[in-house]
Amino acid sequence: MAKAKNNTLKLKFDSARNYAPAPESKSVAKINPRYDLFINGKFEKPLSKKYFATINPATEEKLSEVADANAADVDKAVKAARNAYDKTWKKMPAKERAKYIFRIARIMQERAREFAVIETLDGGKPIRESRDFDVPTAANHFFYYAGWADKLEYAFPNRKAQPLGVAGQIIPWNFPLLMAAWKIAPALATGNTVVLKPAETTPLTALKLAEIIQEADLPPGVVNIITGAGATGAAMVNHPDINKIAFTGSTNVGKIIQKAIAGTGKRATLELGGKAANIIFDDAPLDQAVEGVINGIFFNQGHVCCAGSRLYVQESVAKEVIRKIKDRLETLIVGDPLDKNTDIGAINSKEQLNIINRYLKIGVAEGAEMYQGSGSIPSKGFFCKPTIFTNVAQSNRIAQEEIFGPVLTIQTFRTDDEVIEKANNTPYGLSAGVWTDKGSKIFNLTTKLRAGVIWANTYNQFDPTSPFGGYKESGYGREGGLHGLYPYVRLV
Amino acid sequence: MARLEILKTYKIYIGGKFPRTESGRYYIAENAKGEKLANVCLSSRKDFRDAVGAARSASGDWGSRAAFNRGQILYRIAEMLEGRKAQFVDELQQQSVSKAAALKEVETSIDRLIYYAGWCDKFQQLYSAVNPVASSHFNFSVPEPTGVVSVIAPQNNSLLGLVSVIAPIIAGGNTCIVLGSYSKPLCVVTFAEVLNSSDVPGGVVNILTGKPEELAPYFADHMDVNAIVCCEKDAVLQKMIQEKASLNMKRVILYDSVNWQGEAGQSPYFIMDTQEIKTTWHPIENIGGAKAGY
Repeated sequence: MAKAKNNTLKLKFDSARNYAPAPESKSVAKINPRYDLFINGKFEKPLSKKYFATINPATEEKLSEVADANAADVDKAVKAARNAYDKTWKKMPAKERAKYIFRIARIMQERAREFAVIETLDGGKPIRESRDFDVPTAANHFFYYAGWADKLEYAFPNRKAQPLGVAGQIIPWNFPLLMAAWKIAPALATGNTVVLKPAETTPLTALKLAEIIQEADLPPGVVNIITGAGATGAAMVNHPDINKIAFTGSTNVGKIIQKAIAGTGKRATLELGGKAANIIFDDAPLDQAVEGVINGIFFNQGHVCCAGSRLYVQESVAKEVIRKIKDRLETLIVGDPLDKNTDIGAINSKEQLNIINRYLKIGVAEGAEMYQGSGSIPSKGFFCKPTIFTNVAQSNRIAQEEIFGPVLTIQTFRTDDEVIEKANNTPYGLSAGVWTDKGSKIFNLTTKLRAGVIWANTYNQFDPTSPFGGYKESGYGREGGLHGLYPYVRLV
Repeated sequence: MARLEILKTYKIYIGGKFPRTESGRYYIAENAKGEKLANVCLSSRKDFRDAVGAARSASGDWGSRAAFNRGQILYRIAEMLEGRKAQFVDELQQQSVSKAAALKEVETSIDRLIYYAGWCDKFQQLYSAVNPVASSHFNFSVPEPTGVVSVIAPQNNSLLGLVSVIAPIIAGGNTCIVLGSYSKPLCVVTFAEVLNSSDVPGGVVNILTGKPEELAPYFADHMDVNAIVCCEKDAVLQKMIQEKASLNMKRVILYDSVNWQGEAGQSPYFIMDTQEIKTTWHPIENIGGAKAGY
């Protein structure tokens, strides 16, 4: 039998492929040297009298310093939120409430470039992503939920929706502004007031959002934004006058929160970790699938709870897919997040880089084969080369635990049933991906994969109208869409 | 001489079979006057573990059955219960419920099963959505069963409460392990016999009798249980359940002040309490900017 001809062209990298730098201007980013706490419509000095620095992870330079809220500051913010809830927000006609939220969306659109640059400076993500994804999606999220405010009677058949009261919202550092939008927009639309805490490494866009909220003339206290680390978050979780906790972050902290609010009657939405399977069948359009895999794991440096971090490739095409992925790694540009050519920016913090590096060592020690592209990474700042592991066992820690970095494990499978079992063999259940040309196979897989979001022949798509959230230990409650209203209401 | 009555042995229900508790323990069920009604199984932690195994094994098949089929089976449960109405009225009366109240409880229980039989293939339509995303994708969200649910059923309304918590859970495609009323266990066990004779696959509903305070910690901390429903009002017990549930992020559903007798005791929202929302995306081909036109 004649040897099958391999007519896939291999990309050539020996010719010069250097791009001229194309940095976005920093001049639009107005960052104050210091930020206080945004409570009751004003920036107020923290009762703790303490501040901490926030740095640019790509350069390790200090950008600003922000207040470190203690329990007394949290209490002050909750009181402001309660007062605003009782005196203003819950009494306001829903259509007026809607108009405030629309205003926030509009001002965010007007100031989009400024927000994108600050998001990239503070968090390290490529400007292309903050400009084209984070900021516009955040604005759209406000726009979407604004429209719900006066239509809630259509959302819940045969029930009336009432707000819960004061929502304490704790958000992560991977999508700082977008997560703030995911939390604040549905809470306000349903008539709740908010105390929001951004992550300690990425507080700036949330504080800039406070400026928008002032600019929109939102009644004081309806949204309060306080900064701090874990202790501040714990003070919020334990505050007796908070009715609802919304948290996005690690499963470990999610469990601590669920335990801490036991017996208090507080409601919770928890968006936690993931270890998503991305599955390629042999009939898939392989080039598209490889693009999806690359986007699935390297989007936002892999700091994505729904990242497709476990790749399963059908055995018959594994060799080809792995070669294509390796080729693609060569073309990825790791570097200055502000450069519009950059594909992979800076790891968000030194701590996170240490965690990722530890997992790389674990992977090698467990016997998996590590592969990184030949490209360079900047010498300053926190960077990690995009990494793949082959020869991975299902029981390996790198295939079981969330790494939250640009690290992909690759395993193979033969049958549908085998891959379904492997994909579901995890305590997580946030997302999954399937690549095949066969429609019936897609639906077989998408119904059997135990995860809240399934991408078929695509990956890492998000939209304000589309509910997001997990099964099992990836948490509960949904954010986005009609289903995202439910966690913020009491039905009577 | 009068005929000697055959007394019934009240056993538990695991995986479609009626074993005695592995522990060999029992307690005496009494009526309001303190007269003995029966020796009843005092179920153990291991009985619960066996039941979780049975519920997990049954969960794949039950959850993926056609919704229509689940509706047929729930209807069948109601048919079986209707046929044994007199027995349930009698057992409730033995447990010191008045005749009129017993009759009403049994009839409401039958009607409740019919109510949820009808919901089996409808609630998905109410709580699904096709989401109009801005990109070129088809995107929809549908409810799916949470999985295996442990249930501490109401102490009062030992039949109606039991039916009211089981029906929405299985209507939604979940499987469950239910701890029935401790003080009024007779029709709890007899209801298991109804389930067993009504096409409900073994393991879909598993029923134990025993002490809530003894078994609740295991109902709450078992790592292969996805959600827990608790109908006890005890705040200390509720707190313990919520704390232990955090071990594997169990969904905790508290029905501590539901009036099961009235209209408020049934709604599709009870089904939704043990559902997850799954959202699926697929690209829509958009090549060459061709437009539909006539």
